Amino acid sequence: MSDETYLDLSNLTLAYGKTVAVESLNLSIRKGELIALLGPSGCGKTTTMRAITGLLRPASGKITLDGADITYVPANKRHVGLVFQSYALFPHLTVFENVAFGLRLKKLPTMEINQRVEAGLAMVGLSKFHSRKPAELSGGQQQRVALARSLVMEPKVLLLDEPLSNLDARLRLEMRTELQRVQRESGVTMVFVTHDQNEALALADRIVVMKEGAIEQVGSPEDVYNRPQSRFVADFVGFENIFPVEGDGIRTEAGAMKLSAKPAAGASGLAWRPNMVTLGEGNFEGEVLGAAFAGGSREYLLKSPLGPIKAEMDAAAPAFEPGSKVAFDLPPERAAVLERM
Amino acid sequence: MTSRLLSYVTLTLVLIFLLGPFVIIVAAALSGGETLAFPPQGLSLKWVMKVFEVESFRASFALSMFLAIFGTLAALVLGVPVAYAASRYRLPFGETIRTIVSAPIIVPGIIVGLALLRYLVIPLDVSVGVALFIAHTALILPYAVRVVSASLDNLRSDIEEAAVILGSSRVATFFRIVLPNIQSGILAAFILGFVTSFNQVPVSLFLSGPGVRTLPIDMIWYMEITYDPSVAALAALLAFLSISIVFLAERFLGFSRYV
Repeated sequence: MSDETYLDLSNLTLAYGKTVAVESLNLSIRKGELIALLGPSGCGKTTTMRAITGLLRPASGKITLDGADITYVPANKRHVGLVFQSYALFPHLTVFENVAFGLRLKKLPTMEINQRVEAGLAMVGLSKFHSRKPAELSGGQQQRVALARSLVMEPKVLLLDEPLSNLDARLRLEMRTELQRVQRESGVTMVFVTHDQNEALALADRIVVMKEGAIEQVGSPEDVYNRPQSRFVADFVGFENIFPVEGDGIRTEAGAMKLSAKPAAGASGLAWRPNMVTLGEGNFEGEVLGAAFAGGSREYLLKSPLGPIKAEMDAAAPAFEPGSKVAFDLPPERAAVLERM
Repeated sequence: MTSRLLSYVTLTLVLIFLLGPFVIIVAAALSGGETLAFPPQGLSLKWVMKVFEVESFRASFALSMFLAIFGTLAALVLGVPVAYAASRYRLPFGETIRTIVSAPIIVPGIIVGLALLRYLVIPLDVSVGVALFIAHTALILPYAVRVVSASLDNLRSDIEEAAVILGSSRVATFFRIVLPNIQSGILAAFILGFVTSFNQVPVSLFLSGPGVRTLPIDMIWYMEITYDPSVAALAALLAFLSISIVFLAERFLGFSRYV
């Protein structure tokens, strides 16, 4: 992985007719990186991906890849690969011919096509399946074919649209490992789109969180998970207790409340995961509305003057019964400091 | 119990009603007598053989075959792009285009025939053959568009994008990816168009001229002059031809999916 920008989106605005889907987006990706575009549906992640492939022409802005301006290069001349969410295999062609499709268009010698297709199928573990039709394969196998079909083209960037969403839980883990291995072995720059934070955290080198057509935060999985910069990102990665900063404390349903320490300068909000809330001691008091056993821990919903609080305690700790009063605290030193609410 | 009996009776009546004329025609065709009659007088194959000797039948059969084959091909050449555009792009006036294209199904053939005669053949002095060709193409077009649209709607459009990303141009993608996947739909459209054109009467009736007649028109004309069973024999032969085509199509294509 080099430090140099390989794929660069600059001031990119994307629209369907008059509906703007992505506005003034800037993103730099290095060679060999594995990037996740993460966000809820409608956030513009798929639109951004389509713009990189060339299937969608930007309304304005610039896309450069490997030093060349490709903003207006048509999709069939971009050297960009895409694995569709639906796999989009050609139903009338065998697995072999599906994978060979792009190579044949390049008019490569038959020998080389055969070699590259066999190598591609071997890479995804489907060597024995080359004369099958897509309809005779399972979903996971179809996806591997789609992956091989893109990889044999040796694209400069490989895009994947929700690569794990159509697979069951066991296959998902297997495919995740597989994608990482393929990426390591081929060194291809990968960008994948997902709405699943766990997928993004587990797979990506860097995560780009998107919301309503703009980037909310770019960072390593650790950054995004532990140091969300905005309310939206915090909420998305599981900070369930979020309060705006007011004065030296936080604004709650009962008005401004001081904490045991002042929030950091410039903070506009503080956020706590349920397991960051201290239960059983503290300056606040709430009533247990609901409790749920979750294996290693217990989850509580509290009604408090601050508003509803979600807390989580180790299952080994004594349980609190619904209806009972319990003291709690929001320790400021553990909170994530949000720059934007 | 009574309702069950009633449904059997109804079913039998419907079958008699549907198959009766066919049985009568076949029986009349095998008649040994000199006139078209039912029940037949005696049994013979002579009228079936006679069909092949009537000069005008041969000429009109050739014309009907020509119209059915080339009219349908022309309708497909026009109709496949229309169907493709309608299914893949949100066209301005898309609904209007669809309505216009399917108009010949809705408008009675008599009116289509009269309109073509009055505004195409007479003022432009178009020859009868050309007029018939245009008319048959127009009549088959809606069927072609409809049947091909049905198979296009079943084909995911993202496979075309996949082909483009792999380096294929849009046009090449149509031929390499779209066409092979809708070929059974196109074949079904061809068969439907062929049968429709071949059996077409009202429009052809207006446009047929002296010496240039499609087979069904020629049969009517023949019957007005010669009242012998060869018309029945020909009708029976045509019925068997249509039935075998549709039977084969159903067997190998699942024809009924498209119609």
